[in-house]
Order: sequence, then structure tokens, then C-alpha cells
Amino acid sequence: MNTSSPDALSIAGVRKAYGKVQALDGVSFSIRRGEFFGLLGPNGAGKSTLINTIAGLIRADQGSIAVLGHDTVHDWRSARRLIGVVPQELVFDPFFKVADMLRIQAGYYGCGRESWPWIDEMLVRLDLDNKRSSPMRALSGGMKRRVLIAQALVHQPPVVILDEPTAGVDVELRRTLWRFMSELHRKGTTVVLTTHYLEEAQDLCERIAIIDKGQVKVIETTAELLDRNKYRFLRLKLGNGALPESLRPLVCSEKNGITELRLERDKHPIGGVFTALRMAGVDIEDVQTREPDLEDIFIELTGRHSSAVAGAAA
Amino acid sequence: MSEGEMSPPSVSGSAGDELSRFSDRVGFATLTLKEIKRFWSVLGQTVTAPVVTALLYLLVFAQAMKGRAPVYPGVDYTEFLVPGLVMMTVIQNAFANTSSSLTQSKIMGNLVFLLMAPLGAWEWFAAYVSAALVRAALVATVMLLVSAPFVPLPIHAPLALLAMFLLSGASLAVLGLIAGIVASKFDHLAAFTNFIITPLSFLSGVFYSVHALPPFWYAASHFNPFFYMIDGFRYGFFGQADVPIALSLAWAAGCLVLLSAVCLWMLMTGYKLRR
Repeated sequence: MNTSSPDALSIAGVRKAYGKVQALDGVSFSIRRGEFFGLLGPNGAGKSTLINTIAGLIRADQGSIAVLGHDTVHDWRSARRLIGVVPQELVFDPFFKVADMLRIQAGYYGCGRESWPWIDEMLVRLDLDNKRSSPMRALSGGMKRRVLIAQALVHQPPVVILDEPTAGVDVELRRTLWRFMSELHRKGTTVVLTTHYLEEAQDLCERIAIIDKGQVKVIETTAELLDRNKYRFLRLKLGNGALPESLRPLVCSEKNGITELRLERDKHPIGGVFTALRMAGVDIEDVQTREPDLEDIFIELTGRHSSAVAGAAA
Repeated sequence: MSEGEMSPPSVSGSAGDELSRFSDRVGFATLTLKEIKRFWSVLGQTVTAPVVTALLYLLVFAQAMKGRAPVYPGVDYTEFLVPGLVMMTVIQNAFANTSSSLTQSKIMGNLVFLLMAPLGAWEWFAAYVSAALVRAALVATVMLLVSAPFVPLPIHAPLALLAMFLLSGASLAVLGLIAGIVASKFDHLAAFTNFIITPLSFLSGVFYSVHALPPFWYAASHFNPFFYMIDGFRYGFFGQADVPIALSLAWAAGCLVLLSAVCLWMLMTGYKLRR
């Protein structure tokens, strides 16, 4: 098998329309081998359509996708063996027990008994060991999510795509999952993640693409993305008096007596704000500064709040 | 393999690997076994219930038609009835196995596990049909064993018997796959069963010889593939039938080829499976 391609995933000019809705509008980017890559975007941005196209569940109208150099259409068997996808929906087969389901999934990928020790190891690592003989239908949502993750990893793919794996799961599973995925990543696995917990993406991903309306808005390293914001935030709790009118255009939120100002680094020095307040005779009870996080960048690029990042893409 | 070590399984496929190639034996064997385990886990519904239903038909019709003249020379009505009931059960269960499994997987959403796997159209096709044939063979064997003490049957042409079972069972398994692919809810599947499978089963000469029918229905029966499947199967037991065995074999084989072509086209193109 020729897997000498430097890119784990190469996406070139992919377009997909559902009737008049253009779900993917010429998406092109590459994900390098061994990257921890974040794919973010609001609801309906096209993230899941793109992931499902990579996985072979959706056929693109135009363009091509290659997994480690193997085209997902012309060389689909090789491409599918090289990726593992955790679907967004909590799907399961009610007829089988957990361990049986994982062995069946391994068999679909041509893996026989030699994969059983790895399956046993995953059951332990994902805290599923005491559920191995439980029927799938008897598991809680969080447990089903763990099985979905194990199913995607059962054939030990070098490229793993997680489509909102932590949606609706408890903190413990999130920690377990990220510990496990970080370890796999350290050992060379390429991980592609979509999540609506932007702090997860900020902490884990080396590069991030933000997609909206079927187009890639930006693709940069996480550090570059955070640096690109020319603003910083100043939170003020005022003792008496009202905010001077000259500062009003800078207000980005007012809640529980706290006023947050968005200051452009070059144009609005913090000292200028204090001077304006002092001249207006307004006392300051408390003050905090905040650097922009991924959520601020996301809002700026898409015009939408991160709560809209989740799930239901086309 | 050490903890967490990620090394991809060897990939035998090369660029240009054809959709139509059968190259994954482990995948095929796994899917076949999974489909067998699926119906095995609900054996009461998938084997016991159809056997009991067919035996009730046998009991009722055998009593109701007691004393009638033999249908064929040396073959009384009860003997005549058993092979027809067995084949009717084979037909219905082969169809039900593939169609219900696929439709349920689509509705539950777990079909994505198969759709994302490196399994091609031929592996899907062969695995679903093989599992359906196992269920059909199980149902047929249990029926014949249970009825044997009361209605002992001769076996005149075992090869013809086996050929008719395989061709007919496989045809209906493939039709079930087509129905499963087309159906997007259980209502669609029920329409297939209620308006195609059940009427054709009951109008196929299970309970009577078509020679006893009025001319119109006699002629109409000859356009029903289930008639040939049942008639050919009956020939295997008695060496006598309403039409020559070669014609029955040709109809059953023709059905299998035609339905397989349609089904494989659907699987290869991802019709109603991949958006």
C-alpha cells in the first residue's frame, strides 16, 4: 500500500448540494500526518456533510478526497481501511453485546482474532470492561458513546475523525476520551475533531479550520488564530455614575453590573479608558482584562455564538 | 501489539479497486455470521413462529380436505401439501430475513457501520443472502422433521430439491434486500409483504394443484414465479408436478439472475444507501 503521502487527508474542491442548498461549496484543504486538527463551524455549516463525504456515506457532486493518498472513490477500500469515524448520532445495534459488536466491527475491516487483545485494551481504557457482556440496548447514552469511539478505533486506523464525540457526555468521559486520544496522537495517529466545546479545540488542536455556509473561512494554527484577533477585553465594575458616552461604542456586554469593553489594541489603550472614567468622575470598584479566546474569534468570523456550533450540520 | 500502538491493517486493494470485486473474505464471513446471530438471537420470532404457523395450516387443511382424491397418482392431499407449505415458508422467511434486517439497520441508523466499512457490493450481497438461506434451511428442516412422523415423504430427486431450495430461497433473499434498500420505513416493507409476497404465495398452488383452477386462474398462475418454485420443489419429493422440472428450474434461476442484477446495481451505485 502506498501511504507515502505527506497529508493524512487531502480535500480538493469538494462540492455537494441538496436541491438548492449548497452544503459544501468548493471545500479545499489538507490535514498533515500526525496533526490534531479541529474542524469548527456553526450549525448547518457543512461539517458533518464533509465528514460523511470523507467516510463514504455521502457522494460529492464535484471534487476529490484522499486519505493518505488513497482516493475515497477510486481506491475506496484502502481509504476506508485507513480511517475510523465516530459518528455524531448515537447509533447502535440492539441485537449484540458490547464485546461482540466490537469484534464484528473489527471483522468488517478484515481483522480477526488478532484484534481481540486491542479490543480488550480499549474496553479497559474507555472504562467499558465491566460492560463487555451487556447488551447494547441496556447501556446509558454515555456508555453507548464510548462504544462508538471504540468501534471507530477497532481496526487501529492511522486517521481518526471524531464528529462531536463529547456532545452530551459527562466530564469524566470527556477527560477519559481526551486522555486516550492524546496518547494515540502522541504515537502518530492523525486526529480530526469537531466539537462545540471550543475550549476543547483550543486546548487540543494544533490547527483549526472554521467552516461556514459550506466554505472554509479560515485555516490556521490555533496560536495564529488566537493572535489574529486585534481586540482585548476590559471588564469594569463601576462604583458610581454611568459609563461616559465616549466609551459607549466600545461596550460589548453588560451583565450583573459588569460592563465589558472590547478594545482595539492599536486604537484604544487601556489607560485612555481609565482617563475617560476619571474625567467623568466615575469610580472603579473592580477591573479585569481578558485576552480573546477561540469563541471570540469564532463569533467574529461567523457572526454566530458558539452554542450554534453544535451538531446538526446539513 | 503494544498499548495504543496504531498500525494500519495491511491493505490488499490498489488504486482502481473495483466496486464489483469480491475481495474481503473476512468481512464477508463476519457479516454473514452477524446476520445469522441476529436472527438466532430472536429464534422464537424468526424460526419457531413461522414453523408453528405452517404446521397449523397443515393441521387445518389436512383435516378439512380429508378424504379427497389423491392430487397426483399415489400422492394424497396431505403429502401434496407439505412440500408446498415448506417452500412457502422458505420464500417468506428468506424475504423477511434480509428485508427486516436492512430496514431495521437503516431506521436505527446503525447501517453506517457497514456503509463506512471497506465492504463491497458483492460481500454485502453474498453475506445477506447466505444468512437468509441458513434461516430458510433451518425453518424447512424443522418443518420436515416435525411433520415426518405424521406425513412421511419420499425424496425422488434430491438434487432438484436442493437446486429449487437454493434458487428460490436466494431469489427471495435478494428481493428482500431490494425491498430493504428501497424502504425507508416499516410501512414500505409491510406493503412489499402484504401486496407482493403474501398474495403470490397464496396464489401459487400451495394448497391445490393448478389443474383444479378455472382456465383464467390456471393461465394466470403460470406468470407467478412462486408457482414454479413450489411446483419444482414438490417435484423433488414426488417426481411429479404440474409443469416440467426444467421449466421450474429455469424460472427460479431467471428470477435469481434478474433480481441479483437489480440488487447488485443498487449496492454498487449506493442507491438509497449513500446520499
